[in-house]
Amino acid sequence: MTSPAAPRERPLTPRKLLAAGLGLVVLLALPTVLPTFQTLQVSYGLIFGIAALGFNLLLGYTGLLSFGHSAFFGAGAYMAAFLVKYAGVTSMEAFLAAGVLAAFATAAVFGVVCVRYTRIFFSILALALSQVLWSLALKLFWVTGGTDGLRVPTPTLLAGALAPAADKTAFLVHRYYYYVLAVFVLAVAVMWVILHSPFGTALQAIRDNEVRAEFVGVQVRRYRYVAFLVSGAFTGLAGALWVPLNGLTTPDILYWPFSGKIVFMAVLGGFRTFWGPIVGAIVFNYLETWAVGFTVYWQLVLGLILVALVLAMPTGLAGTASLLAARLWRR
Amino acid sequence: MDTLVIQILNSLFYASILFLIACGLTLVYGVMRIVNMAHGNLYAVGAYVAAWIIGLVAGWMPSAGLFLLILVGAAAAAFAGAVLEPTMLRPLYRRAEEYQLLITFGLLLILEDLLRLVWGPHPLTASALSDTLGSFTLLGATYPGYNLFVIAVGGAAAALLWALVYRTRFGVMLRATSQDMRMAAALGINVKQVYVQAFTIGCFMAGLGGAVVMPISGAVLGMGVDALILAFVVVVIGGLGSLEGALVGALIVGAVRTLGITYFAEIELAVLYLIAAVVLFVRPAGLFGRA
Repeated sequence: MTSPAAPRERPLTPRKLLAAGLGLVVLLALPTVLPTFQTLQVSYGLIFGIAALGFNLLLGYTGLLSFGHSAFFGAGAYMAAFLVKYAGVTSMEAFLAAGVLAAFATAAVFGVVCVRYTRIFFSILALALSQVLWSLALKLFWVTGGTDGLRVPTPTLLAGALAPAADKTAFLVHRYYYYVLAVFVLAVAVMWVILHSPFGTALQAIRDNEVRAEFVGVQVRRYRYVAFLVSGAFTGLAGALWVPLNGLTTPDILYWPFSGKIVFMAVLGGFRTFWGPIVGAIVFNYLETWAVGFTVYWQLVLGLILVALVLAMPTGLAGTASLLAARLWRR
Repeated sequence: MDTLVIQILNSLFYASILFLIACGLTLVYGVMRIVNMAHGNLYAVGAYVAAWIIGLVAGWMPSAGLFLLILVGAAAAAFAGAVLEPTMLRPLYRRAEEYQLLITFGLLLILEDLLRLVWGPHPLTASALSDTLGSFTLLGATYPGYNLFVIAVGGAAAALLWALVYRTRFGVMLRATSQDMRMAAALGINVKQVYVQAFTIGCFMAGLGGAVVMPISGAVLGMGVDALILAFVVVVIGGLGSLEGALVGALIVGAVRTLGITYFAEIELAVLYLIAAVVLFVRPAGLFGRA
């Protein structure tokens, strides 16, 4: 197995901090500049960014390619919908907490089976298990609404301090956008801390050389299990955050091609970097919206892009950008 | 009694289709160590091409000839495989496994839409074929003759594949490549050629499965993706890379599906995965897998 330039996460340098700060300022200013539709797209992109970030803890940092992350995203989304339907709760904080918990519990069960395997077996098992949830969501229609899915109204934010406005769109592009952004920043910060902790370093050691990591004293399977749990929880958080924006949750988000989309995002951005999957998620969301709007054969367009990426640009957008930057620097 | 006979025949019917899909998946993995996510789409290609060509000639061709046209569907899938392996997969053998999986996922998306592009969003079918065989009475149970034909095709395909792999010179080369690719290359086997041939055979089997099931379930968009998931369960139970495993896995999954449709339709898929999970706990490499 070849791993070109496997990254060792470096500490925060002033320059990185500056870049992150600039990015944040741009994100904060966006709703005032962009039209409504574009702002919504950025929200979607940020949410998928959280999902891809969680996914990449496994692919980029532990060396496990999961084709089953739709299960966690769906667990988060459906849990929020269940809260509305069965408990009458409309607090966003409750959605997030319950969504993360549901995804965490799902990961705890799936992980027991999946983490025993690596490589292709891990991918297939994660895929297969996620399809159990999909089939249940589809078939137990009296609980989940079947193909119609479940509706989720706009929630109250911050324990009722920000009640949903009368105009739903205005609420989504303004208050909810900033809410998503805040959760996003928090999630990125937490992931950054995780990856720079001894735990994160151990995961990278496992990715680079499992046998050596085991000899050094890393309990490989336990670390993988914990990484699986954390990864699932992040993706579940994204699912819960996504539901009010979309207004509806359907079994589509549990179906495995949705997992494929999350994989696509990470590869598009570059799964060997920290920021790659986030960039990939935002770009992918635009790409998909554009392709769907412009042709019914959007899958064909996305497939061709994926094939071209794998063949010609395996390090993704972030990897290629840093390669180009390095080349320019040298000149 | 007659319900039992019908249930057994239904199980065998499902098992035949599942085996035709899963044997190609497992053969390709056994030889090339690649899990082809687009495999289900080649099954769909077989179905679409067969439905299309049978629809073209059904008016004037005797029905016995129509049965031979099923092979055209299989050949189309085989041709697609023979083109895809050298162009798409070969550049990636030296790269990390993730990329191989990713490119087959890209192919899945492309093939899915190509089918829609060529044949449109509406299902195709050729029920003329399934009607010609009428139905048989077997031990007091009435059963469609075409389903018996499918069972026969599945059985014959399994026997022929077994003979090919274990009783021919080509089979020896195939197994040698599967066990140790570099040693096989050192001994003078043209590994590149074996790869193309194995991939083509795998796709042929998938195409045959699609073509043979088409008169019953039709050629529908999305059929490949659904079939792929079931084929995964089959090979996970049987052991990825083992043909015997694919056969036994197909029989198990076929039986569970038949029972599931009758007794627990809501949780049928969940039960299948539960079985797969139990098998993996007891035998991590699957029933017939190598560790």
